Amino acid sequence: MTIEMISVLCAALAVAFGAIGPALGEGRALAAAMEAIARQPDASGTISRTLFVGLAMIETMAIYCLVIALLLLYANPFVK
Amino acid sequence: MESPFGFETLFHLGPVPISRAVVTTWGIMAALVLISWLGLRRARPDGGPVQTVLEILVGTIEDQIRAILQRDPGPYLPLLGTLFLFVVSANLSAILPGVKAPTSRIETPAALGLIVFLSIHWFGLKVQGLGGYLGHFLKPNPFLLPLTLLSEFTRILSLMVRLFGNMMSHELILAILIYLAGFILPVPFMLLGVLIGVIQAYIFTILATVYIGAAVGAVET
Repeated sequence: MTIEMISVLCAALAVAFGAIGPALGEGRALAAAMEAIARQPDASGTISRTLFVGLAMIETMAIYCLVIALLLLYANPFVK
Repeated sequence: MESPFGFETLFHLGPVPISRAVVTTWGIMAALVLISWLGLRRARPDGGPVQTVLEILVGTIEDQIRAILQRDPGPYLPLLGTLFLFVVSANLSAILPGVKAPTSRIETPAALGLIVFLSIHWFGLKVQGLGGYLGHFLKPNPFLLPLTLLSEFTRILSLMVRLFGNMMSHELILAILIYLAGFILPVPFMLLGVLIGVIQAYIFTILATVYIGAAVGAVET
């Protein structure tokens, strides 16, 4: 296998496996927020704002994987 | 395929290459200034429709900032409101034919991230003073100082890459759909792109507000 083939494979693996954890985490966070809004509809503004910030924090992990994949595909230091 | 880290030069201004994102950015800034100037040129208590829309917009942003910071939004409103309006119009400029969103290139989110990074420390020093601001790095535990300093940089990096990654990947998905399926199928995804653009601008502004709020000691992160 050449270094290009390995890079493409690793980019796909990084995004594929890196998306699993944040997806599960965002699902749990969203479920908890919906339950909280159903219990206390008055606090829905605060809850959804906190939810957005929290989702952004969780999403960061998937974004790091995306950065790794993009670096491997477009700015690979090992490919001349 | 064209690299998202690439640099698309339109023309040269002397020795300086001017990229497409810079031209779009200046166009958006000119449009925002023009709309504000036209709407507030003759500002009256019973203003016209443009003035009313601008007042509603500024009032809504002010309320949101006050709800997060729990204090007077006056000093923070110019920066954060301009950030939100610029990011929202930059994200939505992609729906105009022939225009590419400048936020889908790495350099525009990097510049916005740098502005947020510098203004966090500016507001922190101004509100808390030198001793108080440096003390808040030692706040939970002095042993965590290296991690606190590291997170100052990583959170700005993720703020920048979040905006860039979302806008760039949306552009990439549209390109792949047009290549695979022709001209009608991408239309619902372009509608989704409007939603994504507004949400990402909201998240960018909310996170900048929360970071500034943590620096001035208003909110805990």
